[in-house]
Amino acid sequence: MANERYIVVGGGLAGLMTVIKLAELGKQVDVFSFQPVKRSHSVCAQGGINGAVNTKGEGDHPEIHFVDTVKGGDFLAHQPLAKGMCYAAPNIIYLLDRMGVPFTRTPEGLIDFRRFGGTLHHRTAFAGATTGQQLLYALDEQVRRHEAEGRVTKYEGWEYLGMVKADDGRCRGIVGVNLRTLEVRAFPGVAVALATGGCGLVYGKSTMSMTCTGTAAASAYQEGVKYANGEFIQVHPTAIPAADKLRLMSESARGEGGRVWTLRDGKPWYFLEEKYPRFKNLVPRDVASREIFHVVQDMKLGIDGKDMVYLDVTELPPARQEKLAGILEIYEKFIGEDPRRVPMKIFPAVHYSMGGLWVDYQPTTDGFVEAVHPKNHQTNVPGLFAVGEVDYQYHGANRLGANSLLSCIYGGMLTGPAMAAYAASKDSQGEAKPAEMERATAKWRDRLGQLRNMSGKENPYIIHRELGEWMTKNVTIVRENKKLDETLGKIRELKERWKQCHVLDSSGTTNQPLLFLNALWNMLELAHIVTKGARARDECRGAHYKPEFQIKEPEKSSPTFQQEYDEYVKKYHAQNERWLKTTIAVPGDGEPKLSYEDVNVSLVEPKPRKYD
Amino acid sequence: MAQGEKIEVVVLRSEGPGKGAHEETFIVDWEPTLTVIGCLMAIQRNPVTRGGGRVAPVVWESNCLEEVCGACTMVINGKVRQACTALVDHLEKPIRLEPMGKFPLVRDLVVDRSRIFEDFKRVKAWIPIDGSYDLGPGPRVSNEVAQERYALARCMSCGCCLEVCPNYGPDKSFMGAATMNQVALMNSHPTGALNAHERLDEAMGPGGIAECGNAQACVYACPKEIPLTDSIASVGRQTTVHAVKKFLKMSDTKHVAAGPG
Repeated sequence: MANERYIVVGGGLAGLMTVIKLAELGKQVDVFSFQPVKRSHSVCAQGGINGAVNTKGEGDHPEIHFVDTVKGGDFLAHQPLAKGMCYAAPNIIYLLDRMGVPFTRTPEGLIDFRRFGGTLHHRTAFAGATTGQQLLYALDEQVRRHEAEGRVTKYEGWEYLGMVKADDGRCRGIVGVNLRTLEVRAFPGVAVALATGGCGLVYGKSTMSMTCTGTAAASAYQEGVKYANGEFIQVHPTAIPAADKLRLMSESARGEGGRVWTLRDGKPWYFLEEKYPRFKNLVPRDVASREIFHVVQDMKLGIDGKDMVYLDVTELPPARQEKLAGILEIYEKFIGEDPRRVPMKIFPAVHYSMGGLWVDYQPTTDGFVEAVHPKNHQTNVPGLFAVGEVDYQYHGANRLGANSLLSCIYGGMLTGPAMAAYAASKDSQGEAKPAEMERATAKWRDRLGQLRNMSGKENPYIIHRELGEWMTKNVTIVRENKKLDETLGKIRELKERWKQCHVLDSSGTTNQPLLFLNALWNMLELAHIVTKGARARDECRGAHYKPEFQIKEPEKSSPTFQQEYDEYVKKYHAQNERWLKTTIAVPGDGEPKLSYEDVNVSLVEPKPRKYD
Repeated sequence: MAQGEKIEVVVLRSEGPGKGAHEETFIVDWEPTLTVIGCLMAIQRNPVTRGGGRVAPVVWESNCLEEVCGACTMVINGKVRQACTALVDHLEKPIRLEPMGKFPLVRDLVVDRSRIFEDFKRVKAWIPIDGSYDLGPGPRVSNEVAQERYALARCMSCGCCLEVCPNYGPDKSFMGAATMNQVALMNSHPTGALNAHERLDEAMGPGGIAECGNAQACVYACPKEIPLTDSIASVGRQTTVHAVKKFLKMSDTKHVAAGPG
């Protein structure tokens, strides 16, 4: 029993926190990552991490943070998990501080906090302009210590292909491929966690990193794990479009006074300020994204006829520009223009996947989550756990800024002990047997062998680009059933054309196109899940906006306002009856098959989401 | 440059160590904001050389594409740097791409930088917390010290400083500026200071600070403008004090000064 190994796939914040918790329990952990774990996508987060530490004299409290969170998620989040996360947040920030994260500090030497989207309190801790990087480095350093002390083995330069399953279907190992030698090998694990991040590359260009294909999640889906709320994809309003990526331009640029505008009849038109005289440029993310999209796509008023509008900080006083120095430098470095003198060109970009692999949890009687329980973060495949952006919990239909770094770390704190509890329970039956490992290894050896022989006329990188263009055009901010049907048709076509791909590289070592071909199929499966979920959900909720089904709010100035408002509330509740549910996708006959599950909203009553 | 113009990209390719290297030239369409990464992606979509030969797409490493992860280090027009920030409009053409020379070659532009992380283990580049359970707030730190530490903490282990260092190489033992910087960073934290002597013992040993030749090439190569020579000087001072104390058999219970200075 003592030599049993635990497996964590993915070395971002969620994966590394899981590893740390397991190592502290004295367990032996194998962690797998495409690249050295400190290069994981968590490194890109800019804004900060939320926690109601209440050192600003505002009377902040985790309960307020919790209500902000579930309202931000349009009430689609399971509430006990969100509550547990918000109450744990202050101690999580303290822990990261003790690990050495160089948070920006106040004159009294305390951690400083700023305001962020969707809240009225200063509760976002930050480390300069690269908070995600600094949190990830702190966890990377702690894991390196455990590695030096013999509890952790790192398999960097390996990719997850699939599970090792026992005859009764429980997961007790993984199959990985070494990215250099192309060796396909099975690894036994008494419990396995996937912490493999989001799926932005399904959209081609996004704010995500090159490894965020969602390939591991799609593989797990095809091997029996339910995929939940796939259609809920967050689009951040301000990103810097470029040839290779859409780079994030932090919300703080607008917080310091930056103005969004485009040209109409040759003159600047500050369209957000005109339509929202109170919130102006700081309307919530999904609202801002919708407006920019509308101005460019429907009104055809993008700058130079392209998909971009201006974010202008040129009129800010130098002192305010200096506060934005870190992020203005990003613009200057990648676009080669000085945003202090010329307005920045930005456009909304796919940023985060609220949905993901289905995971369970064990609530307590008083609305929290059991600190140690095998159900926490376990998927519907026994022995397989999922944590971080790859799981579907915490954020419901829309994520608040600075809550993701928090959910990844909190999730990791639940998952490590949950895996140990599972392994100690009678549900587990230990690591994989040699026959099971051989069976799984053979499956993937055959699969990669087939891929190596593909010699059709299609280039997988070109198919990927086409997929991204269609998904970005039709399955982001504004969803229309007609266009979703067309996209489903396109996905089916691309799946057929995938079969005509050429592998492009016949080398037996460091063969990137071979693994990309495998990942591309998985991206097509995810695109199918996302698009089908969006097609089926006939309502507006959080990031999923389908105007043909929007319930219109009555005008306050109307003489029959009260009567209209009562009608509106009735329709709102009827909509919740039908749609306040988690979308579940499982593989069907060449298509995802959808069903719906109830959501725990027992702590905060759902009501219409208003920010005025 | 303008729409319609073409860019010549010359890549030093190799199947692996000992398998010889050869140049391949590709022609890429210019577009606004194009970087070296963008060129490599274009080659993936059309992996055909200038001479019309169909080849495997060029192999390279990258992840964040915004200069915070350190993955895409390569030598571009003779200078080691991140490929994601190498804007084509600012580069002389033809653009020449080569892998780093100080690390074992894997294939094309990919090298093996795992040595960096082995060195980080040697100098115990972490804060030794008691455990990840709740212990309340950490020690207070002035914002001045926090910002100084933050400047050092931005190191993404890209390897640029090691590539340009005349004393760093596959046959040499020096651990390099990046590792010395970690010693300075960890020793400057109130908790890290408590076991600073362990890091200084390593920094005084083989591969340590004495093997820095003071060429100062590192600080110019660092894409994050980390004050590496300050870190090296600080570690030099700390190890001198530490060595004297050890010689005089004085106990090391006094904190090393909080802050990298």
